Amino acid sequence: MSWRRLWAVVIKELRQLRRDHITLAMIVGIPVMQLILFGYAINLNLRHLPTAIADQALTSGSRQLVMDMLATGVIEPVTNAQSPQQLMDMLRRGEISVGVVIPQDFERRLATGDEVVQVLVDGSDTVVQSAAIQLAQMPLAYTPAEPRQSSVPLPAARISVVSFYNPQRVSAINIVPGLIGIILTMTMVMFTSVAIVRERERGNMELLIATPVSRAELMLGKVLPYGIIGLIQTSLILLLGMLLFEVPIRGSVLDVYCSAMLLILANLSMGLLISTRAQSQFQAMQMTFFVFLPSILLSGFMFPFDGMPRPAQWLAEILPLTHFLRLIRGIMLRGADLSDLWPEWLALVVFIALMMTLAIVRFRKSLD
Amino acid sequence: MPGDADIAIRARGLTKCFGALRAVDDVDLTVARRQVYGFLGPNGSGKSTSIRMLCGLLTPTSGEIEVLGLRIPEQAEELRRHIGYMTQQFSLFADLTLRENLEFLAAVQDMPRHQAVQRVDELLHEYHFDGRADQLAGTMSGGQKQRLALAGSVIHKPELLFLDEPTSAVDPESRRDFWEKLFELADAGTSILVSSHYMDEAERCHRLAILDHGRLVADGSPAELTGALDGRTLEVRAERPRQAKGVLVQVPGVLSAAQIGNSLRVLCDESGDCGARVEQAFADAGVGASVQPIAPSLEDVFVAATNRPVDQLTGEAR
Repeated sequence: MSWRRLWAVVIKELRQLRRDHITLAMIVGIPVMQLILFGYAINLNLRHLPTAIADQALTSGSRQLVMDMLATGVIEPVTNAQSPQQLMDMLRRGEISVGVVIPQDFERRLATGDEVVQVLVDGSDTVVQSAAIQLAQMPLAYTPAEPRQSSVPLPAARISVVSFYNPQRVSAINIVPGLIGIILTMTMVMFTSVAIVRERERGNMELLIATPVSRAELMLGKVLPYGIIGLIQTSLILLLGMLLFEVPIRGSVLDVYCSAMLLILANLSMGLLISTRAQSQFQAMQMTFFVFLPSILLSGFMFPFDGMPRPAQWLAEILPLTHFLRLIRGIMLRGADLSDLWPEWLALVVFIALMMTLAIVRFRKSLD
Repeated sequence: MPGDADIAIRARGLTKCFGALRAVDDVDLTVARRQVYGFLGPNGSGKSTSIRMLCGLLTPTSGEIEVLGLRIPEQAEELRRHIGYMTQQFSLFADLTLRENLEFLAAVQDMPRHQAVQRVDELLHEYHFDGRADQLAGTMSGGQKQRLALAGSVIHKPELLFLDEPTSAVDPESRRDFWEKLFELADAGTSILVSSHYMDEAERCHRLAILDHGRLVADGSPAELTGALDGRTLEVRAERPRQAKGVLVQVPGVLSAAQIGNSLRVLCDESGDCGARVEQAFADAGVGASVQPIAPSLEDVFVAATNRPVDQLTGEAR
């Protein structure tokens, strides 16, 4: 391994990239576009969700609460119901998106701090779900008619949200960290695979393999510049996520970048492997999507991992994005650190080592 | 037989098959050092495949290769420091400038940085690129590209240079300049193997191999090759050349008759009495024509070796 040669390949790659305006635009454009598309689809302030309210208490207090809920404008009563069972039927038929149940013992629950109201939500629609959660965070301004004389502070009365059909509660904050993974998977695999195949198509490869540059130098020299680009994209998404959607980073930023770097390397080595196989840029793109689609669908980004059948889960365990999602959600949302999540990054390291080895072995310095 | 120290390339029984096609078929080759050695043959005759095997880019199906004393393909990695290879298609980076291209090639040859800068400046001047160092390589003309590719392939001062049809897409004046450069390099001690389908270029080589359908059909210096045809070439001057040609092709022993302006160039077989038979045939047919012996050219060599008309040589390349 000669640093001089490796560095020469890196510099050449960066110089070519600087003149490739379309790729440059994609490096910035894809993250910004996707973040805004996904982000605003989630963050949409929903109004007028079709709602049915089953007020079984029928006290002045319960009526006050209903009025307060309606005043938010998020829900709009379209029909009446008597029982939770009726609400569930309506939910299933799609007549309503939100059902509100106020139990008969509303006043007593309020006094003891139990859950006073149940909001049933059509969880198959994540947007509706997050709107309902906002609703549930509404402060209960109503105070009981006979405040109990007590030195012990009252437990706060709560509204419980029961989300049907979507136990994982995908939310805006949940999606932005995942989006880092999606964007890196999409762009990194594509950039590397195309970068090498393009060289073959234009005839540069025949020149390169006739020089003393080694396989590893060529491969690493191709990968490193795109690794840097991946980190830039990660920063861009994190920054926009914080500015636009107030996505928290509860764990360490270093851990976030380490995880991102692992995913970047995993995707780059997969791109290299694709490039040893693909004969044209078009084939490289096709193979990229062959990897990208299962990543999006099975990794747990779109659909909850636990809800998938076993074989799909096994398949998902092979995909780097699955492990990255667990890492990044753990770090950013739950404040975990890398030592808590060692199986996930270990899986990524193994994946990288395997793919990189395969790519270097499969890449021949000959035209056979 | 020259000693091993004077031999740049030695190949024995070189064969390459692609499926059922024998692209290169049992070729024996010896190239001396400090010579310009030409590969002449139509497209598809196995020139590129042979060169790629000699560089170690393709693995031969069978045969032995020794280049600069190294066994190929086993020691191909070692060989790459000592050879320059110019591909048939322009293979430098179109989206890098001239200087960036040359700097990259210097770096992958492990040349130290300060030495590389010096060498790149030297080459830019020597190859007439003064003031254009920052132009993108892709924006240059065909002739300029070839000149740049040559500069790139000699950046590390290789002992041996492989050039695969370097002038196939270049205007005549650029071709002349290009060949001047080749002779400068050969004078400076570089061995050169160059393929071509131009006769005038073949004539300038020190030694020449003619390939046809993957087989080596002739091998020698231009003088040796043409000398072997002495007495077998005739020039026929006729009032109506096309009519004369019609008579000629009937004469036994005439291999070809090509019209050049008002005259015909005739190649005969080895029998030796062809001229007399041609004159007899004209007399019998009552066609007015004068027949004279003429010095054989490389075109005649090509026709005699391949039994194909010369226009197939260049015609297929267009």
